[in-house]
Amino acid sequence: MQTILRPFAIKSSGDLARLGVMLALAGLILFGALRYDNFLSSFNILSFLRYNSMFALIALGMAFVIITGGIDLSVGGTAAMASVVAALFSPYHWAAGLLGGMVAGLAVGALNGFIITKMRIQPFIATLATMLAAYGTGLLLADNQSVSVSYDTGFTVIGQDDFLGFPIPAWIALAAYVLGWLVLEKLPVGRHILAIGDGEATAGLMGLKVERTLAAVYLASGTLAGLAGVILASQFGAGQPTEGVGWELFAIASVVVGGTLLTGGSGSVGATLAGALLLAMVFNILNFENGLGWISLSAYWQSVIRGAFLLVVVVLQAKLMARR
Amino acid sequence: MLLSMQGISKAFAGVAALKAASLEVEPAEVMALVGQNGAGKSTLIKILTGVYRRDEGTIAFDGRDVDFTMPAEAQAAGIATIYQEINLAPQRSVAENIYLSREPKRFGLIDHAAMRRGAEAVLKTFNLTIDVDRPVAHFDAATRQMVAIARAVTQNARLVIMDEPTSSLDEREVAVLFETIRTLKRSGVAVIFIGHRLDELYEICDRVTIMRDGQTVAKSPMADMPKMALVRHMLGKELAAFQAMAPGEEKPERPVRLDVANAGAGVRVRDVSLTVREGEISGLAGLLGSGRTETARLIFGADNLERGTMRLAGSERTYREPADAIADGIGLVSEDRKIDGIVPDMSIRENMTLALLPRLKKAGIVDRARQDEIVTRYIRALGVKCASPDQPIKELSGGNQQKVLLARWLATDPRVLIVDEPTRGIDIGAKSEILKLLRSLADEGLSVLMISSEFEELLAAADRVTVLSDGTSVKTLPRKDLSEAALLAAMAHQVE
Repeated sequence: MQTILRPFAIKSSGDLARLGVMLALAGLILFGALRYDNFLSSFNILSFLRYNSMFALIALGMAFVIITGGIDLSVGGTAAMASVVAALFSPYHWAAGLLGGMVAGLAVGALNGFIITKMRIQPFIATLATMLAAYGTGLLLADNQSVSVSYDTGFTVIGQDDFLGFPIPAWIALAAYVLGWLVLEKLPVGRHILAIGDGEATAGLMGLKVERTLAAVYLASGTLAGLAGVILASQFGAGQPTEGVGWELFAIASVVVGGTLLTGGSGSVGATLAGALLLAMVFNILNFENGLGWISLSAYWQSVIRGAFLLVVVVLQAKLMARR
Repeated sequence: MLLSMQGISKAFAGVAALKAASLEVEPAEVMALVGQNGAGKSTLIKILTGVYRRDEGTIAFDGRDVDFTMPAEAQAAGIATIYQEINLAPQRSVAENIYLSREPKRFGLIDHAAMRRGAEAVLKTFNLTIDVDRPVAHFDAATRQMVAIARAVTQNARLVIMDEPTSSLDEREVAVLFETIRTLKRSGVAVIFIGHRLDELYEICDRVTIMRDGQTVAKSPMADMPKMALVRHMLGKELAAFQAMAPGEEKPERPVRLDVANAGAGVRVRDVSLTVREGEISGLAGLLGSGRTETARLIFGADNLERGTMRLAGSERTYREPADAIADGIGLVSEDRKIDGIVPDMSIRENMTLALLPRLKKAGIVDRARQDEIVTRYIRALGVKCASPDQPIKELSGGNQQKVLLARWLATDPRVLIVDEPTRGIDIGAKSEILKLLRSLADEGLSVLMISSEFEELLAAADRVTVLSDGTSVKTLPRKDLSEAALLAAMAHQVE
């Protein structure tokens, strides 16, 4: 019995916060299901998953970066640039578009890793610089406008079609999260990532390969942002050099709501997914609330409400952690 | 011989940290490595473990010449280091910490069950039964240390280096640690034990290597090295570069200004009593780790008093933070200027008036005229050699930096000034100048509590000296009884 329950045992304050986000997500779903008629309709669920998979992918990469004690501000710019690259490659083959976008993201991630580990620049500064560079590159490649994708090579299938009744982007995100969970919980490198976040100097003294591991984490974050860009282009039929603004903040918020400490050394893949879904769910519920017709909230008000909700969650988490 | 380091030299930015130092360790022995702050122990160990590269010398480990370029290589060769600030990942579990970088795997995935079993088994050999799934941060210092040792053992280390392992342990925990060391010895593992508490060294170590000023000055079986001789080797003798500045005769007894009675906090300060009278320099002596700096922090409110009392001019005081002590007229010039004293890139003017700024405000803005007046006054009074008050303080010599720091506190018009190693890292000429300055400040009525490791300094300047050993004040020597022999005897003191 004890062994079965072990994964659910609360061993640290972080676990408690992560439990909290799961409960909040469940509560919000229950609220929506009871209040709105079509909330649990397959249309709502499928479009919710289709759209939010992009953000979930970016949040996953961000979670790894933040667990190491770093930050990756370049993900939004990277996704925008990758969507352009994917659109430009899509006429040749659907896979060319997919790989093109991912390689574009990987390149930014590799650059981030190089600047941070070899040039020893703070992640905040390094990724701020690459964010600007990525947006600029995207606009240059797209000649300052959206780039239409090819509808002949099947590239749009990636973002728009379903597989076994679920949107393909959701399958991609699910696969990424399972892989991420495997890496963090089951592979030695995951434990090393956590230990590095706990203290880089200490990790080095324990014989861990700190630089290589950090570089790999930024590489992964960039690649996931690239993948999100591919889905963006495929879903909306165009590479969008001006999209992605603020995505990094959404990702950071998801990670934090998911109970990952910004100071590093603690975090969970599952709770990050819950955090991303929770924030997206607030949006979804606000849309439904507008649909009821009693109140009409502009996009600006929605933003304010989401911000307030984020604040409430984070404060509650801090309280929960302090109590232990 | 398991380890032989010969002729090791190392310089940092042209300053020699090690000068042909040597260290030899036999299998299954516990070697004490002792020396004052800055003697070169840490540098020697860091060269051995690949943190630093040596400039000269040879290292043979297990009969082979080695040259580790990073800690991981030394670990792989069988040398494990347990640093003072125990290097474990605090939020990771005990089991993970023991196996980090060598996780047991099954089909490429971490075998958590095997890891848990292995961790429990190895801890059991040290009579420790704990939940190995809990984060290391949940356990006390002694347990964390045991986990670090367990990590070393599972790495098949044949040499374990322990850097001041007992510094944060209480007596019971020290006993457990020593039992662990004996277990290690029985299995043929050698230990380098860096420490300062003499009783502990004599209890657990087989031999001792003493370092001073970057050199190895003595090697001997522990049993053949009397305590007095060990202390003398550690402290050495610096040429008496300054003549006695205090008048030789006893001064009339002045009223007590600072009176600390049976003060204690944590394990570093156990039971300290001392007094500082008006217009006198009271010395605080003791070996490294005897609790001198910690005592100063208690008086200054940087740490909170847990036991005992403190009186200032007769009235009992408790300080929650340094600001309380400063408001009461207590100043502290700390030991490491670079860490908690100067702001290197700021000017002499700014450094000197940092503690004073709130009082220099006129309508919320710093009154530049008054600032200038104070700065000019103290530069002249203390004889700070500088091009101008706007020169960055980092360009000054150590002695002049120290004067600026003294001025910072003097400008607040303190009643008690605590100086921690006031002449550390200062050349000999400047040393006597600083001491003269302290003397004349005392003559004007200031009470000075001077922490010092240098006998000459204490003999030359102090009106009385309180000697600490293992966090306890073991003796107070009045001026007339002060001598090197008396200080040595008190420092080597055994707590009965």
